[in-house]
Amino acid sequence: MTRMMLAMPLTIARYTLLEALRNRLLWLLIGAALGAVALAGFLQELALTESHALQAALLGAVLRLAAVFLIATFVITSMVREASDKGLELLLALPMPRATYLAGKLAGFGALAVLPALLFGALALALAPAGQAALWAFSLLCECWIVAAFSLLCVLTLQQVLPALAAALAFYVMARAIGPLLLMSQAGGNASSPGQQVLGGAIDLLGLLLPHLDGFTRSDWLVYHGGTGADLLAIAAQTALYVTLLAAAGLFDLYRKQI
Amino acid sequence: MASLQKPLSVVPRAVWLLLAAALLLQVGWQASRPPLRAQAQALPPPPSSAALRLAALGEPVALARLTMLYVQGFDEQAGVSVGWRQLDYVTVIGWLQRVLDLDPRGQSPLLAASQVYGAVGDPVRTRQMLAFVHARFAQDPDRRWPWLAHAALVAKHRLHDLPLARRYARDIRLHATGAQVPAWAHELEAFIAEDMNERDSARALIGGLLQSGRITDPRELHFLEQRLDQLGQPPSPPEQQQQQNGAPGR
Repeated sequence: MTRMMLAMPLTIARYTLLEALRNRLLWLLIGAALGAVALAGFLQELALTESHALQAALLGAVLRLAAVFLIATFVITSMVREASDKGLELLLALPMPRATYLAGKLAGFGALAVLPALLFGALALALAPAGQAALWAFSLLCECWIVAAFSLLCVLTLQQVLPALAAALAFYVMARAIGPLLLMSQAGGNASSPGQQVLGGAIDLLGLLLPHLDGFTRSDWLVYHGGTGADLLAIAAQTALYVTLLAAAGLFDLYRKQI
Repeated sequence: MASLQKPLSVVPRAVWLLLAAALLLQVGWQASRPPLRAQAQALPPPPSSAALRLAALGEPVALARLTMLYVQGFDEQAGVSVGWRQLDYVTVIGWLQRVLDLDPRGQSPLLAASQVYGAVGDPVRTRQMLAFVHARFAQDPDRRWPWLAHAALVAKHRLHDLPLARRYARDIRLHATGAQVPAWAHELEAFIAEDMNERDSARALIGGLLQSGRITDPRELHFLEQRLDQLGQPPSPPEQQQQQNGAPGR
């Protein structure tokens, strides 16, 4: 029984990964990598100095965006297609808890995120020492896991491509901007008007709720090689916490669904 | 996939006509528009540091590089070339400052200030750039001294302001005291006081920088070697006259 309970999520994860590969996601990732290399190479030629730093910084930033965008889009479109094809209903009709289904999906999307992390990490290796490139790639993997888990939650809740994609995008932008937003809020800490106080309070609350993705996958690790083991630990801990939180929220929603 | 499509003959004649008419209208519309005229745009004032940090979305180094390319390319706009004299140097300095705020370890804003914008043939603008390099040098002397050293040469030979040049050289001696700063950088003050022309002084400074192995970036090496080659050639008569007028820049 235990073996079967373990096999079911693995099967769901395997088929999720297979679907991604059959959707030519790997080719898209390779295309994104080539496009980013070409763009960074072109802009590098325009630089007066620090051309290597320019290439590393831009390549890091573009690859990070590409990975997150492709993962979020795939998670959302794949889940919506499964719901439209009645695959979700079929799977939930099987004698397995809904948690198994969600665990399988999360594991599948998590395994999928390894592809951009490995591919783009190999590119980063050409620009930075192995330790820094590995830290950058690991951080990219963690960032993709968080985005995949949030996209899954969005699609389970909102059930349509456009609202789910918009919510995932808003979450991602806010999570990356939250550091500077908190600094701005602290700088205006003496604000007296009620509107400013409410805004400051909302930003402080967001700072508590959101993962601080501005500290993840930083291109300055590739440029100045300043990433440390403490960064790695902080990222791993934040990812473990946040993916657990998102999985719990997803489960909450899934168990309440009338299917 | 092609076998799933019907032949072209099944498309109604009206659709063919509509498609051709719409295409002709589009081409005619674009052809009838007046030709575009290149117009130089003024460099807009820089956004605040906080706004740029927010826009960076956690990637300040990447945004700093992109912003630097934007500022650096502003004198070569689409179809029109803008002279440095036409640029508002207060705005340019504002942008360079923002780039440094985003990435304090970056060297390109100070290189551009001392070697590019500082070469303008207008003493007021040159002084503004040198003052910017001097002010920013104080924040990180061990990393930024080469640009102040160049500023000292510009002050001596282009502005003919020996006290200013000496002040810059003295600040390098007093503040750039890190282990990675070569010993000859501390002797710049004496070197400034020597009766050496601009060509020889600049050759000594750039040659020293290249020899020290401090510069590893191929683009910067190429840029400085080009400058060295230019300095190695005897000046052409117009250049001599330009130097006498103190107006070597654009």
